[in-house]
Amino acid sequence: MVPRPQKLPAPSFDLTHHTLDNGLRVVVAPDRSAPVVGVAVLYDVGIRSEPEGRTGFAHLFEHLMFQGSANLEKLEHFRYVQSSGGTFNGSTHFDYTNYFEALPSNALERGLFLEADRMLSPRINEENLANQLEVVKNEIRVNVMNRPYGGFPWIYLPSVLFDTFANSHNGYGGFEDLESATVDDAKDFFNRYYAPANAVLAVAGDLNVDETMGLVEKHFGEIKKRKAPKRPSFAEPPLTEERRATHDDPHAPIPAVAVGYRVPDPVGSLDALLAHLLLAEVLSDGDASRLQRRLVQRDHLVTDVSVYIGEFGDPFDERDPTALTISAHYPDAVSLNAILRAIDEELARIAQDGLEPGELDRVRTRLVSVLVRDMDAVISRALEFAKFELIHGRAELIEELPGRLAAVTVDDVRAAAAALQPDRRAVLELIAGGAR
Amino acid sequence: MTRQLTPKPVPALTTPRVAKTLRLSEDVLDNGLNVVAVRKPGVPIVEVRLRLPFLSAKPTHPAQGAVLSEAMLTGAAGFDRAGLAAALQELGADISVSVDADRLLLGGNALATNLKRLLGLIASVLTEPAYDKDEVATERARVVENLSIARARPGIVASEALARRMWGDEHPYARDLAEPEAVAAVTPGQLRSLHKSFVRPGGASLVLVGDVAPTRMIDLAQDALATWTGKVPKPRVPELRTPPGGSTLVVDRPGSVQSSVRMGRTALTRTDPGYPALQLANLIFGGYFSSRWTENIREDKGYTYGPHSRIDHHVLGSELNLDVEVATEVTGPALLETWYELGKIAELPVTADEVESVRQYAIGNLAMSTSTQSGLASTLAALSAFGLGLDWVQAHPARLLETTVDEVSAAAAEFLAPSQLTSVVVGDAESITGPLAALGPVES
Repeated sequence: MVPRPQKLPAPSFDLTHHTLDNGLRVVVAPDRSAPVVGVAVLYDVGIRSEPEGRTGFAHLFEHLMFQGSANLEKLEHFRYVQSSGGTFNGSTHFDYTNYFEALPSNALERGLFLEADRMLSPRINEENLANQLEVVKNEIRVNVMNRPYGGFPWIYLPSVLFDTFANSHNGYGGFEDLESATVDDAKDFFNRYYAPANAVLAVAGDLNVDETMGLVEKHFGEIKKRKAPKRPSFAEPPLTEERRATHDDPHAPIPAVAVGYRVPDPVGSLDALLAHLLLAEVLSDGDASRLQRRLVQRDHLVTDVSVYIGEFGDPFDERDPTALTISAHYPDAVSLNAILRAIDEELARIAQDGLEPGELDRVRTRLVSVLVRDMDAVISRALEFAKFELIHGRAELIEELPGRLAAVTVDDVRAAAAALQPDRRAVLELIAGGAR
Repeated sequence: MTRQLTPKPVPALTTPRVAKTLRLSEDVLDNGLNVVAVRKPGVPIVEVRLRLPFLSAKPTHPAQGAVLSEAMLTGAAGFDRAGLAAALQELGADISVSVDADRLLLGGNALATNLKRLLGLIASVLTEPAYDKDEVATERARVVENLSIARARPGIVASEALARRMWGDEHPYARDLAEPEAVAAVTPGQLRSLHKSFVRPGGASLVLVGDVAPTRMIDLAQDALATWTGKVPKPRVPELRTPPGGSTLVVDRPGSVQSSVRMGRTALTRTDPGYPALQLANLIFGGYFSSRWTENIREDKGYTYGPHSRIDHHVLGSELNLDVEVATEVTGPALLETWYELGKIAELPVTADEVESVRQYAIGNLAMSTSTQSGLASTLAALSAFGLGLDWVQAHPARLLETTVDEVSAAAAEFLAPSQLTSVVVGDAESITGPLAALGPVES
């Protein structure tokens, strides 16, 4: 008997849009259930836009945005957010950079002021640059150089899967490149990419829409209009033969592998991308998934396996080109080819035989449940609205995702599996330098 | 980059809005399980946290617990491993099991409409677990590999070394991470017997949070878990000793590009009248980004990506923990600044501005961390082990508001004095031992 498919929840948010005269796009979403607000600003610049010889610059620049601004001394940004009872952060992605605060709702205007002040003018000087260069180098040491599997595979796989500098370089940056960054580089980067017309502001939570729009106009409205840069296409032709490379990890006790495949343009071909997303879940979500059963439970070839879209595991985070990655740790260094063979067999099985009765429905139900759950915190909501507005042009797309996922058929998933051919993949083998 | 001539004032805070009161029901089921259910609107999800006491002094306990947590969901009551996972997915659900020295936690979530069926599946796992021979063998091997990965991380090595130094080699808190040889020896029979003694409702707590009426959630739990019976055993474990302090232990990790510094001492529990003052003192020292420690060694000197100090609450007592990873070549200077900040906050009063800032931060963060369904569920599950609940969360802001600057200074003097801390540094011994020895006694 095939279980009846679940009725999928469809989240609904009360979104209001506005564009300021300087080009800043604004999305506001009230939810008065708890006295907290989320403020998120996304700039349309990320790792892919770094100049050659300046790997890691977008992330280093993100740090400089916290070093004081037009009306704020160094350290004041942090102090104003935290002494209001709030938290803050920022992160650098392949196609954008975000800055955000989660605040008690009585600090809403303060949060807007803080974001506007650094959009107006961050304090970029030699002292702040030298200080944050050391902080960033220590961030890379702790997250990459001094630990097993650090940065694997997101730093290294793009260089095998892609060819252009934009798509393939180390997004955390080499120390030599980071050390050659100058104050002028930073000022140029700010002038070029941090224009209001190149950004989206999203505000969610315990707020009144008209009042909030008024506050946004008050604080962001006076920032002068500058031309937004034209974003180049980063598209690359598909691979025509398998690529293989190795990465030496001095700390890793057992080997690992990452297999990358290009997938359809998330913006231009969203439905095809969603079929790949459901395929990824069929392959690795939970103990009933195809690769957990085959590789972990039956063949004991790997200790874990995960399949995801987007270098950071968020399928809606990047424009074209983006990738589906299969990543696994395995105890026996000689079993790599057996692992790849098993993956190919499982993909071929889906492409030829389709899915088991009920398989697509249960995987889809869990995926929608995860998407909905991730929207519970107001700051996550603000970040998602801003991201969908920036990358996909419409924050409302979030509300439509359950419906779009419901329309994906078994044949769509079969087609996605059939597209993941050995001659279209990049295989990065991690050599375990820390093996006993 | 034009600077404005007349500085603009930073907007003042407006009047805080009061959070809506949450509807809560609490009951002890017939089988002795304590159930807390809170209606929290938001997304159509329900969060489940089942927390079972798991403390034991038996030397085989960490290894058996590690395999138990991985094998518990590999089959139950007629479901094989994939069948159980598929049944959960149909509900939009996922559950996972984790253990530490104090507790076993079964946590999960599902679409809110599926709570009844989720509790049914959880009941199967609790009352009729399979511990199939082949599945146990698979998980045993995975746990061994994952332990070798964990111990390749310098932070884990440092935390283990600190726990041994603080509590003694044989204490359960120093043996939280299992030994691979012991894991390899774990049998399905041992897991069944461990499950039989520890996975029992009496003394355990179940927290349910979601957009469902609390009384209905309690009724569903009562129905689903009626056949689960028995009591978790009372542990016989040694009390926590006073950590010895003294010289800094250097653990060699040749070639390490950073040094992992860990320091600790005993702290106050949440119910101690002095706790709010200690909480605020810790924040001022190193517990948030605007702390003295972060502003000094990160934002001024760039020695680190970030130091953290925090208070951890264990069943046997609370602990103040400091951790930081610093570049190898500045390990000496980074420790110098750390001792300086500790000495300064222990010897000289904190300021009223500092206290006001951390007070608002602590109140705001408590509200923020309990403003999501999953955050509230996890908080309530953690508090349940100490007999505390939502009323503690709701009353805590008032306690923070009543705390005086003098009380915070006194707490800092008592708990942040550098001479009282037990310290461990994991790093490239050849590079760091000399500089560290210049600051005080070192052993290796």
